[in-house]
Amino acid sequence: MDCLEKICSLLPNMTFWILALMGIVCAVLAVTVRNLVHAVLFLAGFLMSVAGLFITLEAEFLALVQVLIFVGAIVVLFMFLIMLTHQITDLSVPQGNQLKGVAVIVATVLFGLIFYLLKAMKWQEVVLPVKGDIANIGRLLLSPYVLAFELVSVALLVALIGAIVIARKKE
Amino acid sequence: MQFLYDTQLLVNNIHSFLFGMCSLYGLPVVLVTIVAMVITVALVGGFISVNVMLLVLAERKIAGHIQDRLGPMRVGPHGILQTVADAIKLLLKESIRPKIADKWAYFFAPVIVMAPAIMTYLIIPWSPGLIIRDLNLGLLYLLAVSSLGVIGIILAGWSSGNKYSLLGGLRSGAQIVSYEVAMSLSVIGVIMLCGSLKISEIVEAQQYCWYVVKQPLAFFLFIIAATAECNRAPFDLPEAESELVAGFHTEYGGIKFAMFFLAEYANMFVASAMGATLFLGGWQGLPILGLALPPLVWFLLKTYLIVFVFIWFRWTYPRIRVDQLMSFGWKVLLPLAFLNIGITGLVMVLG
Repeated sequence: MDCLEKICSLLPNMTFWILALMGIVCAVLAVTVRNLVHAVLFLAGFLMSVAGLFITLEAEFLALVQVLIFVGAIVVLFMFLIMLTHQITDLSVPQGNQLKGVAVIVATVLFGLIFYLLKAMKWQEVVLPVKGDIANIGRLLLSPYVLAFELVSVALLVALIGAIVIARKKE
Repeated sequence: MQFLYDTQLLVNNIHSFLFGMCSLYGLPVVLVTIVAMVITVALVGGFISVNVMLLVLAERKIAGHIQDRLGPMRVGPHGILQTVADAIKLLLKESIRPKIADKWAYFFAPVIVMAPAIMTYLIIPWSPGLIIRDLNLGLLYLLAVSSLGVIGIILAGWSSGNKYSLLGGLRSGAQIVSYEVAMSLSVIGVIMLCGSLKISEIVEAQQYCWYVVKQPLAFFLFIIAATAECNRAPFDLPEAESELVAGFHTEYGGIKFAMFFLAEYANMFVASAMGATLFLGGWQGLPILGLALPPLVWFLLKTYLIVFVFIWFRWTYPRIRVDQLMSFGWKVLLPLAFLNIGITGLVMVLG
């Protein structure tokens, strides 16, 4: 019985480890797999496991929005584009190009920077976890952070108009 | 039969019985929770399978009567065992795979379609207290999870290695992504009035006045968008048999085909259940007859009413064209949904 109890008390921790492992495996496969459709699928798996991690942190709203926007819309869009692009779904798509070296340097620098920032930052202890209270999120978005919120909306609108202008046929 | 009326008490009793057992025999709570979860999943799985057989039979029978014929009549009295026979036939079929199909994607596509369909049953409010998980963000959960199935449909179309399948999958992707926007926006009116995303609170808020009275436009938009989301006629372009053989599941057979079928009807039931919950008062009865029937029966009656409307649509409207589908979704449904949100906000501020 003791053994059983011990296993059961480990379960919540195990959720984290399983999700983290799944996320890492999916992320690695997403950038190494040769077939682009498979890569997109692994990307979806990675995003799902991140959503799972958000749930273990009691950030349900974030998790659901992650699923709704990233998996439900962006991954679908990716698949759509890959399938509409002729012959790109063939297995022999090259993975790199002549900018490989530059990419490695940029990626290393960026990783180092993020790592340094994470180490240097003084993390604040969160006293009260905010439960998935959507009214609270709405209030915060529309009063203290209203400027950032509106800026993001305008940026999205600009991107939208830009996409339409680029896609429009020239006279 | 009292327990059918007071399901909250029933659920509480089961709960205290289970945890009483825990403390009596010294079982870990987590273990009992897991066992309870497995039983719940088995119950949901059983309900989905039986319900889908019922829905398919209803579809064929109603189709028959709409077209002035009888529908299936051979297996069992009035053909009521027809879908059982069909299901057994599908299960016993040999599982085959086209040679050029992508092995793993072809295998996993039906699974990816089926899983979200099952996951949405988590938040269906059968009766007071009788809801598997009454999430705080229940409605958002529904919208998020129901947007996942389309990945499987596109994948099925691509992995079959068939041009018809690919076109069907792509059409389905475009259609579902477009109509999802209209559907999400149509339920926002309800969320604004209720002030909560919790399914049980949305039902409780409709005790005196169903939201279909306050939000008639949203109800129509929801029904139209849900029809399109379920790939049903007049929006069944992904499987338009006159153009695409059978669309994304052309190359599927046997149990894999059965899974697409199961998911389609399971989704239709969830869409109807959500229509009944958000607009028709869920388990709340009619004002005077409220206590004549248990809440569970009220809920199922309303849900099957909407299911009937979906079937009715399918067998009376002709299929629309692809360009009509897209322009209708983006140029008619979406502006109307925004209009509804605007009017609702205006009335809430002024009134």
